Amino acid sequence: MSGQPEQKPMQQPPPAPQHESNADGHLLDIMHLPTFAFGTRSPMWWGTMGLMAIEGTVFALCIMAYFYLRSHSGFWPTGGMPPELLWGSVNTAIMLASAVPNHFAKRAAERLDLQKVRLWLVVCMLFSVAFLAVRVLEFKTLNTSWDSSAYGSAVWMLLGLHTTHLITDTYDSLVLTVLMFTGPLEGKRFVDVSENASYWYFVMFSWIPIYGVIYWGARI
Amino acid sequence: MSIADSMQPRLSPEDAGKLEQTWRDPPGIIGWFSAINHKTISIRFMVTTFGFFILGGLLALAIRLQLAFPGARLVNADLFNQLFTMHGSTMMFLFAVPVMQAIAMYLVPLMIGARSVAFPRMNAFAYWIFLLGGLMLYIAFFVGVGPDAGWFAYVPLSSLQYSPGKRIDIWAQMITFTELASLMEAIVLITTILKMRAPGMTLNRMPLFVWAILATSFMVLFAMPAVMLASTALITDRLVDTQFYNPDRGGDALLWQHLFWFFGHPEVYLIFIPPLGVISSVIATFSRRPIVGYPAMVLAVIATAFLAFGLWVHHMFATNLPELGKTFFTAASLMIAIPTAIQIFCWIATLWSGRLDLRTPLLFVLAFFVILVLGGLTGLMLASVSLDTQLHDTYFVVAHLHYVLMGGAVFPLFGAFYYWFPKFTGRMLGERLGRWNFWLFFIGFNLTFFPMHVLGLWGMPRRVYSYPKEMGWGSLNFTATVGAIMIAVSVLLFIVNVVRSRRHGEAAGNDPWGAGTLEWGTASPPPAGNFEMVPVVHARDPLWAPKSLPTHVTGLSNEYREILVTSVADAELDHRLWLPASSIWPFLAAVATTVLFVGSIFTPWAVVWAAAPVAAATTFWFWPKKDIIEKRTGSEVNP
Repeated sequence: MSGQPEQKPMQQPPPAPQHESNADGHLLDIMHLPTFAFGTRSPMWWGTMGLMAIEGTVFALCIMAYFYLRSHSGFWPTGGMPPELLWGSVNTAIMLASAVPNHFAKRAAERLDLQKVRLWLVVCMLFSVAFLAVRVLEFKTLNTSWDSSAYGSAVWMLLGLHTTHLITDTYDSLVLTVLMFTGPLEGKRFVDVSENASYWYFVMFSWIPIYGVIYWGARI
Repeated sequence: MSIADSMQPRLSPEDAGKLEQTWRDPPGIIGWFSAINHKTISIRFMVTTFGFFILGGLLALAIRLQLAFPGARLVNADLFNQLFTMHGSTMMFLFAVPVMQAIAMYLVPLMIGARSVAFPRMNAFAYWIFLLGGLMLYIAFFVGVGPDAGWFAYVPLSSLQYSPGKRIDIWAQMITFTELASLMEAIVLITTILKMRAPGMTLNRMPLFVWAILATSFMVLFAMPAVMLASTALITDRLVDTQFYNPDRGGDALLWQHLFWFFGHPEVYLIFIPPLGVISSVIATFSRRPIVGYPAMVLAVIATAFLAFGLWVHHMFATNLPELGKTFFTAASLMIAIPTAIQIFCWIATLWSGRLDLRTPLLFVLAFFVILVLGGLTGLMLASVSLDTQLHDTYFVVAHLHYVLMGGAVFPLFGAFYYWFPKFTGRMLGERLGRWNFWLFFIGFNLTFFPMHVLGLWGMPRRVYSYPKEMGWGSLNFTATVGAIMIAVSVLLFIVNVVRSRRHGEAAGNDPWGAGTLEWGTASPPPAGNFEMVPVVHARDPLWAPKSLPTHVTGLSNEYREILVTSVADAELDHRLWLPASSIWPFLAAVATTVLFVGSIFTPWAVVWAAAPVAAATTFWFWPKKDIIEKRTGSEVNP
């Protein structure tokens, strides 16, 4: 099936278990086991979780630094003007909406449905174009600069860290999307699509507390 | 063992040859840079960290020579600042934490009966990143821009205003390199341990060393991001005028201390917990019995890992934090003595009820008890706010931290080298030189660091490059320097021992110590795929247990890198998985990343233009090869 992405992969029947030289019960034959698996069964899931734990910790610490600086400041936001709500809120909506194609991409991968995987990955890519474009507008309406005060530095750091994740996640997904069209493919690429979708959820949902801090931490 | 050995099922010589061919690293120079076998990478990693240990030690020797006499003029104040900063940074970031991960990378797969680590290419990438980051630091030092603000680089001293030039930027990027490597290694280790244990090795049968590495790796995930964030904020303050640490613009200097020690205190335990696993391995083998109280030991390690995150403020008792907060951190600092004590009691019970075999590895482990207990007791003293305020930034703290880190980590580490060297090389280290190595180290260590307690109580501040004769600190400082020279001679003997034994040492065989864990059940050094056949585990000490059936797994391919994945808790059969083949791309990706990190010290735009080669290299790294996929999809089985 490899190199022929049009053909739906993995339709061969599992080979019959072999019992060579196992008459005396010394050997445990594992030939019948599947060659890939989804979710917590897959090492990819654990690797992705590890990344999320690290990056989630970075976000959490950066938010703590924001409030630590706020608690030591008499006046917040320092420049007097909180970031404008419009583009940040629009982007929150776009990111939440991208969970829909992401969900379908993940489900299609777990059903080994190559056509639908391709379709939903492409839809996800369109969403990423949208949120990256709106992100530029967000930076323009922050009403503070990174070098004007510690408040500005914390806001730019938070938004910069999250934007880095948007860019890298978009690039990862793009490479994977191209591979799903061109091949060479094998079953474990569906696991990659599924874990890529988990990571996408992480990047999108970690935006919600960051959005709250950047846009409402300077208001409430 | 010999009877059991002869009954082991084995591969035919032809299949064993194929397996070796499949898992071994490619030949040639390009092959050398493409190697991803975990044992190859681990040996390079260990040699590299040991090289940094030697460099850090030589810097320490220079510090001791300068302080041997009052008013000495061997080095000037500026060089002295660089010496102690480089010494501390080297030992903490380039030696103590990574050496533990390096050893784990070799031993964990062997101890759990796996053919490889999970994500072997990421493992190789992490090594190259580590090496290149360390080289950057030392190149900077040798061209005269070594960092000079101490290994914890407090602001405002490390701010642009008080530290102009590139020295601190180099330091901050060294942090980025080493922590990135460390975080990746943690992910590799956690996944390997949880998903790749041999069938039957339930969590309840996992060797204590592997438990220690698992706990440490989880700590890395939550501790290291703090220092990466702190150093990133420092370097942006210095390079693009962010204001995180500048009080004039709403910043705060203590923010640095909080972020740094939120990493820095757990870091002590990142250094200290893996050796606890070493000690459990060595004590079990040389007492000739399993460790007493296995469940208590496991729980104590996990408790230590949790409590380690509640201690960071005790490094900040000399700041103006609320008194109530300090009381809490005093209590937490005292509490962590409980799980440590539990482990020490279990080891003493094991030694007490075992039949001791006093070889060099055990000597180094026994020294741990003496030195760590002393270091722990001074730790309890420093956990008291009132005493700490008096002793802060004196040589008492220097003595304390060296007793904890050398006693808690370096002595067991040398024990580990003597213990596992036969597995790494197939030959024993010389026992006679080993004893000289040990006794010179032990006596030299105490001669160096015990007087520092007294010097600290007398008021000698740390990091002074000289002191006047009238202070009366001369004789104790001279004693300390004599001790440091003894340590240097002892380490030299160790190197001689390694170089000699590697060629002419006594042949070791599979299991020279009669140990019980799986790594001793395969050849020394192990074949490229670790085991001819993956073992099935029925007990905590599989080699000491009576034989049970089945003994081995069959059905994994010898033609390509296929491994067995098992369930997290009970290590039940789950699926087969194909690991990637050797590749040069992890190395090239590391070079590209280095260009990005080093470039960003000189221009922020490097983050933009150097991202392109990083993206290209990681894409080539990921992109699958057609021929190997064709080879293995024939045996694909859907879940």
